Amino acid sequence: LAIAVVYPDLLGTYGDGGNGIVLARRASWRGIGTDLIQAHSGRPLPDADIYCIGGGEDGPELRAAEALIADGAIGRAVDRGAVVLGVCAGYQLLGRSFPDRAGLPHDGLGLLDVTTDKGTGPRAVGEVVATPTNDAPRLGSGQSLPPLTGFENHGAVTALGPGARTVARVVRGVGNGGGDRTEGAWSGRVFGSYLHGPLLARNTALADLLLGWAMSGPSGGTVPLEPLDDAQESALRAERLASVGDSPRARLFRRWADRV
Amino acid sequence: VTVSTRAAAAPSGRAAVAVEALKLSNWLSRALGRGSGTVAGGRVGLALDPGLLATLARGRRVALVSGTNGKTTTTRLLVAALADGRGDAVATNDSGANMPAGHVSAMAGAPGGADAVLEVDEAYLGRLIDETRPRVVVLLNLSRDQLDRISEVRMLVDRWRTAMARLRPAPGSDEHGTVVVANADDPMVVWAAAPAPDVRWVGAGQVWHNDAVGCPACGGGIDFDADGAWACDRCDFARPRRHAWLEGSELVTDGGSRDRVAIDLPGQFNRANASMAAIAAPLMTDAGDPGSAGESLTPATALARMSSVGEVAGRFAATVRRGRPLRLLLAKNPAGWTAVFDLLDETGRSDAAVVLSVNARTADGLDTSWLWDVPFERLGGCSVVATGDRRLDLAVRLRYAEVDHVVVADPLAAVDRAIEISLLPAAGGPGPGNGADGAIDVIGNYTAFAELRKRL
Repeated sequence: LAIAVVYPDLLGTYGDGGNGIVLARRASWRGIGTDLIQAHSGRPLPDADIYCIGGGEDGPELRAAEALIADGAIGRAVDRGAVVLGVCAGYQLLGRSFPDRAGLPHDGLGLLDVTTDKGTGPRAVGEVVATPTNDAPRLGSGQSLPPLTGFENHGAVTALGPGARTVARVVRGVGNGGGDRTEGAWSGRVFGSYLHGPLLARNTALADLLLGWAMSGPSGGTVPLEPLDDAQESALRAERLASVGDSPRARLFRRWADRV
Repeated sequence: VTVSTRAAAAPSGRAAVAVEALKLSNWLSRALGRGSGTVAGGRVGLALDPGLLATLARGRRVALVSGTNGKTTTTRLLVAALADGRGDAVATNDSGANMPAGHVSAMAGAPGGADAVLEVDEAYLGRLIDETRPRVVVLLNLSRDQLDRISEVRMLVDRWRTAMARLRPAPGSDEHGTVVVANADDPMVVWAAAPAPDVRWVGAGQVWHNDAVGCPACGGGIDFDADGAWACDRCDFARPRRHAWLEGSELVTDGGSRDRVAIDLPGQFNRANASMAAIAAPLMTDAGDPGSAGESLTPATALARMSSVGEVAGRFAATVRRGRPLRLLLAKNPAGWTAVFDLLDETGRSDAAVVLSVNARTADGLDTSWLWDVPFERLGGCSVVATGDRRLDLAVRLRYAEVDHVVVADPLAAVDRAIEISLLPAAGGPGPGNGADGAIDVIGNYTAFAELRKRL
């Protein structure tokens, strides 16, 4: 299983390289032969089963998007059934367009039907809790994903087009920021999110979902993976979810949010 | 040390009231045990007189020290070089309060006219430059730290660059200019300092390159070679010609001098800090300055005076608990942790046990994602005791680094646990520096370190 961390020299600002580490260890702990590749910019992107694209600053994001479009490997890999995880800037550049620092739009990879614009409000910075929507991807067991926890830090707003499916609704934090209170987007095997933490260290069910997609090959679907002892990750999740206050009021709010 | 030509007039009117209120508030804060007594009074003083920073800086020679890592240490070393053992000769914010409230407190508490060496939070550098009209600005390095507060390294670089462009050039008849002492090995610092009219470039080294790979001038890629030289692969942005550089443990200048950096603080990053201070110190003195005994201050003299510094605000401090020597180390961000791991390798680490403590309070940055940029894999073979508010984040990071660890909630109990672990019969037997004899390293980020220092 080849896992590529895409352009860590450009999109490595927020610790999102950790998503690659989490995927690689969780695969190798299950006895799956794993190759974790740090794919630096300036050379052809290697073939991989999973691509992890992280967050970065405006200038490097633009440079990364231009290089990835010119390279073309990710688009071909997606057609073959590869999995792509984009976080923050990496999520934005998977979409149709995203803004530079001045707010001018630039082409993204077009792998997700989302459009990102410069936000008008304050920068979204802080802990996020988001509960999966009915449209979110299902785990191999058919169950829905547990709530997502992470830390967001972005100024832009991402709107979902009809070709993108919702992942979650924010209970705490901003997420996509478009007024629909959604967080993240996905379609096929391309998954985007604003959550750092890193995302997969705090949400191991999602990590295993992406691994299952990658292990099932180009035919689609997912394969079940043997469970791991996630006591430490579970303790971290519980502590993070408690830190933002899972009060009765928050639960009520969440139930209301899920209906609207 | 007050010289008539630069004697500060005693603050008058509003400023005088503000200074008295500041001192009273600081006294109260200390008396009530509410803190080190520098920030509260500074806030009161600035509220009563928003121009207080400029008023207190007038008539002083001011040096500002900023950067992501090494601010406190470099400030302390520069003070040692300038004060030469004279206790109150230099006003400095040695309590670590590095925003304007701390700066006014430091200057209000020192005699008018005394030189000031101020550690400055990166985000406040522009304001400090405008209001204190410094003689010297020392720019150490810039890398990711507290991204929830400062957002992006490059935004900060741009703000520095704008402030540098406002600096005034060489001394006129009765005015002084500002000289910038900047780390030539850090492209971010070079981009920020380039517009300044007078820069001394020092090759102080930079262990962390991951925030500097995109050229700030054109967006191209920056290539580093093995000895730290760098250049953009698209435009002509490259390391500037250096006036001085660190060669191993020697500070070499383009004038041909070569001085050993023999300081008491461990690690290459502290030799880098000392080099920056040694180049900055002579720029703070005037010819025939009383107090420098008739001879002008050279980098060599400055370095000799720094050798008295054995710890800085508890950093690198040795202490003993239950008969075991402990060494306290501060590491706040990926660049800092990497430098500390280098230090452990350089000085011989105790493989028996290491205590790591991580918090994510406001002063630390609220996002712990940076833990995944730290090469904790390098601690393989150690027994780590994870503690601090965010010990669970740390534990998950260590699990994926495949480093042996236990989690202990209370930091002091964590240190005790490390001592117990180090006394267990080791599988490989105690080697040199291991087992029951070696010092146990205790590494914390900002507030975690402060808590350990207070309690140990």
